[in-house]
Amino acid sequence: MTRQNRRQFLRQSAALSAGAALGFPAISRAQSGPVKIGVLHPVTGFLAYSGNLCRLGAQIAIDEINSGGGIKSLGGARLQAILGDAQSKPEVGVSEVEKMNEQGVSAIVGAYASAICLATSQAAAKYSIPNVVDVGVADQIVERGLKNTFRFGPGYRTVAEAAINDLHILNTLAGKPASTVMIVHEESLFGTGTANLLASQLPGLGYRIVEVVKHANPTRDFSNIVLRMKALNPDILIPANYYNEYALLLRTMKQQNVAPKAIYSVLGGAASSFKFVKEFPDVANGVIDCNHWYNPKDKRALALRKKVEGMKDQFFTYEVFLNYQSVYLLADAIERAKSSRREAIIEALAHSTWDKHFMPYGPTKFVNGQNTGARPLVMQVLKGDISVVLPKEYRQADPVFPWKA
Amino acid sequence: MLDFPILFASLLNGLTQGAVYALVALGLTLIYGVLHIINFAHGALLMVALYGVFFLNARLGIDPYVALPVMVPAMFVLGYCLQRLVVGRAGHGKDENILLVTLGLAIVLENAALAAFKSDTRTIETAYTFSTVNLAGAMIAVPKVIAFFGALAVAALLLALISRTDLGRAIRAVAKERQGARIVGIDVEHVFAVSFGIGLACLGAAACFLLPAYYVNPQVGNGFVLIAFTIVVLGGMGSFAGALAGGFIVGVIESLGGLWLGESLGQIGIFLAFIAILLFRPQGLFGAGRRA
Repeated sequence: MTRQNRRQFLRQSAALSAGAALGFPAISRAQSGPVKIGVLHPVTGFLAYSGNLCRLGAQIAIDEINSGGGIKSLGGARLQAILGDAQSKPEVGVSEVEKMNEQGVSAIVGAYASAICLATSQAAAKYSIPNVVDVGVADQIVERGLKNTFRFGPGYRTVAEAAINDLHILNTLAGKPASTVMIVHEESLFGTGTANLLASQLPGLGYRIVEVVKHANPTRDFSNIVLRMKALNPDILIPANYYNEYALLLRTMKQQNVAPKAIYSVLGGAASSFKFVKEFPDVANGVIDCNHWYNPKDKRALALRKKVEGMKDQFFTYEVFLNYQSVYLLADAIERAKSSRREAIIEALAHSTWDKHFMPYGPTKFVNGQNTGARPLVMQVLKGDISVVLPKEYRQADPVFPWKA
Repeated sequence: MLDFPILFASLLNGLTQGAVYALVALGLTLIYGVLHIINFAHGALLMVALYGVFFLNARLGIDPYVALPVMVPAMFVLGYCLQRLVVGRAGHGKDENILLVTLGLAIVLENAALAAFKSDTRTIETAYTFSTVNLAGAMIAVPKVIAFFGALAVAALLLALISRTDLGRAIRAVAKERQGARIVGIDVEHVFAVSFGIGLACLGAAACFLLPAYYVNPQVGNGFVLIAFTIVVLGGMGSFAGALAGGFIVGVIESLGGLWLGESLGQIGIFLAFIAILLFRPQGLFGAGRRA
């Protein structure tokens, strides 16, 4: 290195460290002013459809909270959404968490898909960022002892158990016409985990699993899988997939004239989707789904449904209302914490008893990050609408089981 | 599973899918046969063609089959220009260079598409997407049936072009003996570019037939290039009949394999067949034996 080069180097590194030192106060100053909330979802890639609905739900909630006066205990501080795109890939989700951390977020809501949530909650834990998991049903997400991770909705063990029990109830009430089951699931964490739980518990109640088929995301041709279904002729089909594949599977079945006695979805991607019901009414008719759902008797749910359906090309799906509730849950925690510091919010979430929601969960109670009251409902598509059929206290219509095409 | 109606339906699915594979492989085998280059960008160019068909449908409402007379010439022009201006120039005549150039082209195209269109998977809906044709009990989707006959028609056209026209004769001459062709006055650079153009025109046709029953995203080409190579080597490099036969064989193996072993494991059948052919008949099914 020549003398000139060394001087230049020293000059540059001095300038750099001065700049860095000047930069630091900016980060600590971020505590006052708006409360930054990371909103992280897969808005591009194969989960784009669901991811965008998740973002919509979160943004509606943030807008409502802000126009209602913001966080009152912080002097009306507004919530500021820091949007992130996980691109349907866990590693991209992680890098978005890193970016959000550098921007000084107080909490993160996301990231919809179990595989992505597993990675992002862990990345957030590194910086003690409270992470409210909006959907991600894999139980591992809340079973790793991460103090920052909270899930408002149910995990797939809870959903699978409820689904199996309710399926048995429906089958028994109808005189046990169904005994064989075929499971078609998507290959990532959510589908595989759900399928494993179902396959291990159904035989105990007397059901024979004829086949468990997994498929990739995306799959654009279900001809072979439907041909296998035709050959095996199961009484019940249990699909567990994301929206596009669920829709294509059912449409291919219709195309090939394959109609089992019941399509009983467990966390079916399109089964309780108003979009699916609207676009393919004859395919969706009769489909049963054990999935996230709102209390159909709660006026607040109906009001939000009306608001969302009034928007152009939007549908009131679980992605929307779970994210809506997750943001409100977070806002309640920030309110009680009286602070936008991450540790304070984690503390507030851990002791949350929030009950101003329209889910059939009762007051919130987190044990190891899981809301213990969370549970799914069982819906059926009847007469062009989605109605809750089980449990009885939320019933809107009587279930039709088995289904005659 | 050995029920005949099920097997028959799977067979027909395989044949229709194989026809599209064959069309993709035809372009590849022509490019290899004439230019003696392995076009690694073939999959990425198919992806470009698919996006073309997609946007024609999404923005202008043009039916994918109606888009054929637009896509095929457009892809031909693209291929001609690519060969004349990019591949030919950058290669400096050396085959190893051209390999890298096409690989580079593939990477550039894929990431340009990612930047321009994001990684979302796009599909189109047409009135006949879910209609089926009943063939002796097997319900085959209409787009697939159209793809089958379309691919056969394009292959026949290509064969006629190569064997009956002067251009075809020039192409065959350049393929057989480059220097000799130059000596008798054939514009070899022009023939290279035309062949590349025809190869891409096949991709344009394949895209029109493929999109109604498939999807497009920036990575979609990767799956196809692998299968196309397998078919070209299986059928014999440079052989049209080989590409056609290879396409059908691979399509049927993939379909039946998927039926028996599941979608992911079913792919193994293709590569087992590939290895078997290479072991027992390395020049491919219709390959011309070793070149002197």
